[in-house]
Amino acid sequence: MMMTQTTKITNPAIDVTDLTVAYHEKPVLWDVDFQAPQDTLLAIVGPNGAGKSTLIKTILGLLKPAAGRIQVFGKNYRPQSRLIGYVPQKGTVDWDFPTNVLDVVLMGRYGHLGWFRRPKVEDRKMAVDCLEKVGMADFMNRQISQLSGGQQQRVFIARALIQDAPIYLMDEPFAGVDAATERSIITLLRELKDKGKTIICVHHDLQTLKEYFEWVMLLNVRAVALGKVTDILTQENLRKTYGGKAAFLTGLKEEEEKGHASA
Amino acid sequence: MDSHQLDILILAALTAVTCALPGVFLVLRRVSLMSDAISHAILLGIVVAFLFTKKLASPWLVIGAAVVGVLTVSLTELIINTRKLKKDAAIGLVFPLLFSIGVILINKYIQGVHLDADCVIFGEIAFAPFDRFVINHIDLGPRSLWTTGAVFLLNLTFILVFYKELKLTTFDKGLAAALGFFPTLLNYLLMTIVSVTAVASFESVGSILVVALMIAPPSAAYLLTNRLSTMILISGILGILSALGGYFLAYVLDASISGSMATFAGILFFLALIFAPEKGILAKILVRRWKKWNFASETLSVHLLQAEYAHAEETERVVSHMSDHMLWNDDYTSEAIAQAIEDGLIRKEGNRLTLTPLGREKAKNILEKK
Repeated sequence: MMMTQTTKITNPAIDVTDLTVAYHEKPVLWDVDFQAPQDTLLAIVGPNGAGKSTLIKTILGLLKPAAGRIQVFGKNYRPQSRLIGYVPQKGTVDWDFPTNVLDVVLMGRYGHLGWFRRPKVEDRKMAVDCLEKVGMADFMNRQISQLSGGQQQRVFIARALIQDAPIYLMDEPFAGVDAATERSIITLLRELKDKGKTIICVHHDLQTLKEYFEWVMLLNVRAVALGKVTDILTQENLRKTYGGKAAFLTGLKEEEEKGHASA
Repeated sequence: MDSHQLDILILAALTAVTCALPGVFLVLRRVSLMSDAISHAILLGIVVAFLFTKKLASPWLVIGAAVVGVLTVSLTELIINTRKLKKDAAIGLVFPLLFSIGVILINKYIQGVHLDADCVIFGEIAFAPFDRFVINHIDLGPRSLWTTGAVFLLNLTFILVFYKELKLTTFDKGLAAALGFFPTLLNYLLMTIVSVTAVASFESVGSILVVALMIAPPSAAYLLTNRLSTMILISGILGILSALGGYFLAYVLDASISGSMATFAGILFFLALIFAPEKGILAKILVRRWKKWNFASETLSVHLLQAEYAHAEETERVVSHMSDHMLWNDDYTSEAIAQAIEDGLIRKEGNRLTLTPLGREKAKNILEKK
């Protein structure tokens, strides 16, 4: 199956070629090509088990590919180069860990500090600034176990902001947050994009895809399609990605029609 | 108290703090069982090193123990990575095997030396003061005090130097790797520290007490604070209390010192479990209770406000009819009324209930939110 790519990308922020990742010889990503243009909001979309998180983790160097090449701004990537800020799924950490909000945000700064150096007053100030940007400054001394799902996500995003990287990889930043938080997060991501950052999110909600993102990659173990959302989000591409889940796709169609009617 | 007793107390307290330091991270990483595994498995390392050096006081014993400690972790990871078994089963498979090989080696090749399975498991702290560290005929105190002191300094340095890195890798391994730190390396360093701590303590306090001192004080401290640095501090203090309390318990009961210390550490944990100010069982019960009556008194205020709005009949506001209206039993109703009066939400005038301004305000807020 050939990947559909509608728009040519020059000088991509991330350039992945022929990437295969396997757990015990079972491929989770098969020969994936993926390019993320600079200065854009891009969603990685696909069914459960499509390898979306795996793709992100492999780009970050957390997983070793079985084959393929990954380049960031035209160079092989090393975590120490600090070009990528990372927002993992919030379920991957223990929110009962004995620490507070400010401390979690400061952890994003550890990459700049390197080994052994401790955070200083300036780092703390930066952390407070980042918390302000996500509207969580009032919570900086709050124990993290007392946060709601939406607040946890905001803290994670503040922790990414303090990494101050040109590229952000976010694993489901909208999972388990309320509508108001979702709004404020997308506003924030747009601001980052306007500052010339590249933001790549694993995203689940096809309904909001068009509204939130300019670019999309459809993934299901293999790369299905990559391009501008308006070009890529077709019934055929979605069927290729998700298989014949008719009811679910009709839901999207109705939504689209409603959108057209109101437009 | 004679000088031997004092030696024992100091040694026990020092061992407790030494164990609590890495223990905090074992508890937070949810690998507490690793302390059990390592403290047993290192017997193999000790025995093999002893067979080569023929000396019990050789530093090679520590190195042997550290190697086997790391081996225990690697073998466990190896089994987990096959995805056929879960972590607990993998740990449970690896350490009895290594420990048993150690026991067989002792049976076959070692006689007449104070090195056997019993001494590894229970230790004998009462004998510790008699093994002196003597240089040029100068008595520098019990040998185990020096070894434990050295390991204490090692552990303290380790945690001070790698505090930030340990915190990050414990809280979020993925981010740690993404930021260019090495979570796996730090994990093995931590496990090496646990192994070295276990071998330094095995002679005096035995592996059961090592496990108890690594897990119980940090677990109790976890319930008592919301800060990592404070948790480490409290763990150390609770460790010392376990050592001192256990010693006097042993004195009173005329029982095993190690056993009494482990028991005392357990008692301290259960006290924390019950009485911890925020996370304790008692605090949870009190909060639940407060919420229950707070809810009841608010419900009552809302009911009275609705009755005001609807210009309902007088019976809606009469104490004796309240149970029927709310479908509550009489006891619950009178408790709720008492609570609402105490909260200043309602007033009781004879048999009639009215809202106070505060109660009206609160009830309005509740209704408007919906």
